Amino acid sequence: MERIRTTLVYVLLTLVTAVALFPIGYMLLIAGGEGERFAEGGQTLFPETAGEMPGNLASNLDTVMTDGTLDFRRYLRNTLLVAILAVSGTVVSSAMVAYAFARVRWSGSKPLFMLMLATMMVPFPVIMVPLFTMFRELGLIGTFGPLWVPAWFGNAFSIFLMRQFFMTIPRELDDAARIDGCGHFGIFRHIMLPLATPALLVVALLHFMFVWNDFVGPLIFLSHRDQFTLALGLQLFMSRLGTTPWHLLMSATTLMVGPVLVLFLLTQRSFVEGISTSGTKG
Amino acid sequence: MKRDGFLTFLPWAAPWLAGFMLFTALPVGLGIWYAFTDYTLLEPPIMVGTKNFARLADDPILGTVAWNTFFFGLLSIVVGTVLSIALAVLLSKPARFQAFWRSAVFVPSVLPLIAVAAIFKLGFDGELGAANQMLGLIGVEGPNWFGSGAWAWAALLMMSLWGVGPAVVIYLAGLRDVPKQLHEAASLDGVGSWGRFVHVTLPMISPVILFNVVIGIINAAQVFVVPLVMTGGGPGRSTYFFAMYVYDQAFQYGDMGYASVLGLVQFAAILVLTGLVLLLGQRFVYYRGA
Repeated sequence: MERIRTTLVYVLLTLVTAVALFPIGYMLLIAGGEGERFAEGGQTLFPETAGEMPGNLASNLDTVMTDGTLDFRRYLRNTLLVAILAVSGTVVSSAMVAYAFARVRWSGSKPLFMLMLATMMVPFPVIMVPLFTMFRELGLIGTFGPLWVPAWFGNAFSIFLMRQFFMTIPRELDDAARIDGCGHFGIFRHIMLPLATPALLVVALLHFMFVWNDFVGPLIFLSHRDQFTLALGLQLFMSRLGTTPWHLLMSATTLMVGPVLVLFLLTQRSFVEGISTSGTKG
Repeated sequence: MKRDGFLTFLPWAAPWLAGFMLFTALPVGLGIWYAFTDYTLLEPPIMVGTKNFARLADDPILGTVAWNTFFFGLLSIVVGTVLSIALAVLLSKPARFQAFWRSAVFVPSVLPLIAVAAIFKLGFDGELGAANQMLGLIGVEGPNWFGSGAWAWAALLMMSLWGVGPAVVIYLAGLRDVPKQLHEAASLDGVGSWGRFVHVTLPMISPVILFNVVIGIINAAQVFVVPLVMTGGGPGRSTYFFAMYVYDQAFQYGDMGYASVLGLVQFAAILVLTGLVLLLGQRFVYYRGA
């Protein structure tokens, strides 16, 4: 009985994993296909020439990156530029604000913290129109500005995560630093930041993923193809699906999925901790 | 302990305080104002009173998008909750390579939605897609997925279920916190594993269920990217959802006033629904120490 039960667990785990990973495998399968075969009536699930797939994928990726009408190299560059500006902004500003909520003793800080948590409830479609008109007044529509400037004003979720982490740092360390003549800046610089490096990395990682994956922001705020991010570029490519070859579309998709997948595999523990923190202590 | 004043707090919190004013409070305020105006971006907003609100009453599309959003949300939350609890229970069983199984279930949810949509769009292609090719292997002729409302819904639902990873992780944390003694005590009393699940596990993780349902409502109310690129709302308006309608009113038809009204309706709906769920939660959720 026990044996059957254990076997059943493994069978189910294998099944679930297969379903979870199948679409990623399918993407790679198509991305490793060849143009000519598609012309002859499409890819099947069972490629006859599996050995050629890595080579095909490499050449398909090259086409997607460099072909003048696809130009995914430009989308990649745009995405990375926005990501660098937005991630650095979020980390710097959120760390400051998180310090305020964790360590500066002012009576109004608790209600403000609650207010900040409440802002996470405001759905984007509600502020979408006013944000558009505001950035339009400022002449920032069609620039990267709307995608990274707000990040420098602190991100509620990042502040929350960092504040939770700062709270776990013993206050005795602050007191010791204070005796040595440190003020708030000294404590922040010499105690909080070094000890909270893992939390800063988690926030940087999660925000990078957000920017990389974001579709709605670029859709509303960007207007020229030259400025498109990967998400918009992929949508543009998809919208011409009737005429786009599948293997190139899936190669472009691989270009977008690959880095996220690698980052996740390298950092999964932080990821899962970030999610759990938001869930169990929120 | 020495207390700091507001003047010490201010410089540290300044980025968020300014950001809150600029990117949350001001837009919400402007949105409320736009709701009472005629605003097409070409000219400054003109006050029109409650005209935009009156339009809600005889907007035939509004009923469709509200119903689609509500019903799809209900479906994906109910099925998603059952599935993610089941997965969490499975993943909490002692097994080799546990980290691997858990990561595999989580992976889909970190992928960009637009990339996921691209993969599933091909996967559900009527002729060459993986779904129909596999159905063909067992002798079943697959449907033209995006050709009918019901099948398009089925495809969208499967996609949304594919991303249950975060909920599973949160349930796993909840399961870990269920005291072992309770299970042992119930076993001694002769309660079987299903009975223990219903009478011990479920009540103990009910706060986590409530949390996930609330998050589910907030997300479901904003479904946008996937249907936009997968179905474009079609066929007909069968997969046309609320957030897509707000977007179209604003950026396709340029009616910022009416779009703002719709945004407020959406916000109100989220608040009312989460409020109702939290009220229900007071009756059915068991809080330790409460």
